[in-house]
Amino acid sequence: MKIELRPLQGTSPGYYLLMAGMALVALVGLAAVWHMEHNGHIVTGMNNQIVWGLPHVFAVFLVVAASGALNVASMASVFGKTDYKPLAPLSGLLAIALLLGGLTVLMLDLGRPDRLIVAMTYYNFKSIFALNIFLYSGFMGFVIVYLWTMMERSMNRFTPVAGLFAFIWRMALTTGTGSIFGFLVARQAYDSALLAPLFIALSFSYGLAVFLLVLMLACKGSGRPVGDALMAKFARLQVIFISAGLYFVTIYYLTNLYFTRHHAFDRFILMDGGIYTLLFWLGPVFLGGILPLVLLLHPRIGQMRRRVTACAALVVGGGFAQMYVTIIGGQAFPLVIFPGHQVSSSFSDGVINTYSPSLPEWLLGFGGIAIVGIIVMVALKVMGFLPERLDDETLQQHAAAQGAAHA
Amino acid sequence: MTPDPSPPSKDAGDTKSGRRGFMAFAAAGIAGILIAPGVRLIEVAQAASATGTLSPGASSKVRWGMLIDSTKCVSGCNDCVTACNTENGLSGGTKTTDSQWIRKIEIKEVRTGKTQSLPMMCQHCAEPPCVDVCPTGASFKRADGIVLVDKHTCIGCRYCMMACPYKARSFVHSPQTDQKPDVPRGMGTVEACTMCVHKVDKGEMPACVTACSKAGHEAILFGDLNNPDSEISKRIASYPSRQIRENLNLDTGVRYLGI
Repeated sequence: MKIELRPLQGTSPGYYLLMAGMALVALVGLAAVWHMEHNGHIVTGMNNQIVWGLPHVFAVFLVVAASGALNVASMASVFGKTDYKPLAPLSGLLAIALLLGGLTVLMLDLGRPDRLIVAMTYYNFKSIFALNIFLYSGFMGFVIVYLWTMMERSMNRFTPVAGLFAFIWRMALTTGTGSIFGFLVARQAYDSALLAPLFIALSFSYGLAVFLLVLMLACKGSGRPVGDALMAKFARLQVIFISAGLYFVTIYYLTNLYFTRHHAFDRFILMDGGIYTLLFWLGPVFLGGILPLVLLLHPRIGQMRRRVTACAALVVGGGFAQMYVTIIGGQAFPLVIFPGHQVSSSFSDGVINTYSPSLPEWLLGFGGIAIVGIIVMVALKVMGFLPERLDDETLQQHAAAQGAAHA
Repeated sequence: MTPDPSPPSKDAGDTKSGRRGFMAFAAAGIAGILIAPGVRLIEVAQAASATGTLSPGASSKVRWGMLIDSTKCVSGCNDCVTACNTENGLSGGTKTTDSQWIRKIEIKEVRTGKTQSLPMMCQHCAEPPCVDVCPTGASFKRADGIVLVDKHTCIGCRYCMMACPYKARSFVHSPQTDQKPDVPRGMGTVEACTMCVHKVDKGEMPACVTACSKAGHEAILFGDLNNPDSEISKRIASYPSRQIRENLNLDTGVRYLGI
């Protein structure tokens, strides 16, 4: 049995209301950008010590989630899990939308966003940032081609190849994102090759969580059934991804504990870093890690669908907290220029740097999320990205038909 | 709403044509991204041929550097900082959003309690991390070793500030007025000590060096590290000097004595 992909039809008032809400948030975000560009970054909470603030937290989360959102498509095309095949187009669409949203925030937080053309015409190839520009546009290109092979019937035979390239590229992309931090040899908080695989593990988890939230919302809104067996499969996948993320986070801090020169940093994040310590234990560890694992693995807590959705939301929340701790906490910890010395100066040497995000930064971040939402909603309306039904019976018949076709 | 299970008829065709339109649009966008650098290269090539004779520019025969003697640097003296602010048109403010190209650091060894005072600024590394990470090449090192920011190509990403092991760079957080003609600054771009390149190119000393001499401390010595006969080279050859964070192996142009 073939599962048809259908655009949203007979759209409800809820759709337009949500779309109007998203458009409003995006517009307010742009107004915040105008305010920031007009007055300078003085209107943000950022300063010469915390140079990357909340917009980077949003942007990096979205970019990391973008590559992870492709998981479901990769499961179908690269790892032969045909159950996920009807969901592959939505997975590709989300990957593109999240990347565009993240890059928009990143770009609009530049000191000179008007110089975008400079960023695209002057390259220093030793810079991982410059290489990332190619990784971003390459990812976009590969996923678009991949979507094309999936959705154009005559191109279907190329889907596995296109899917493989997109999968390899998404690994490179997230390696690049992690390396933006990993290559910062001067800073105690970064300077670790582990950040690349850590970001990849986190991307699997964040991407799947965002995918599930969008899938549940879209299916609920358009009255399309989603089967419990499918949800159970997603739950197992999410358990693996959350565990992988927790594993790498643990290894990252354990490595630091082994290096004497990094003890103070570990102590800062894990024990006496105030808001960062609180966010770390509460966010990625408890709410985004242990709690969803318990909810997903426990045999008797509520309905699977609700659990999966709740866990996806928890993972997203934990993910934001993780990014906040990694990006802001890493900069809040004072740069060690004179080991073994107490230092003081007029430029915040030796003190924990303070940062409180300002309203324009929040608005820019949410504006980025709204852009993701708008792209996804428009795409779902004009093209068939979403399967018309995902109930277990249909999926079983679909898988059987696929199996027969391959045999 | 319940989905219509009947097979798609005419709207499937519509979807297909919409799909093609979307793909064509996406392809045009990607093509634009790929072609833009080529167009830019043509523009640069044309500009170069139209520019006539160029000044000889910085020479790699010299490497400008400084030797800071922390035993001569006086705690509480801020003359180098004040001179830098005046020379370069900085406000002198010390809020976390104010630019500080040079700062005095007081250090105290935890074990012995020994205290010292020293100025800290861009160390003008031979292998500058800020230059490595800059996506557009706006952070660059001149042939004579001075590390600068090209204000025209800096996009304000602040990655160099993340990468600098000395926190030597500042970001211009607000609009600038009353700038010095020799020292252009721009909101939204990153800046740092230029070793007073505008003075050095005229054969003068950086402002901090002059100010320190004037105060009678003589704690900062400026000169050519490549010339074995220069005072700075001789002193580095005879006394144990240090690079700060020398384990990073950046071969800094600014060296310290007595720390």
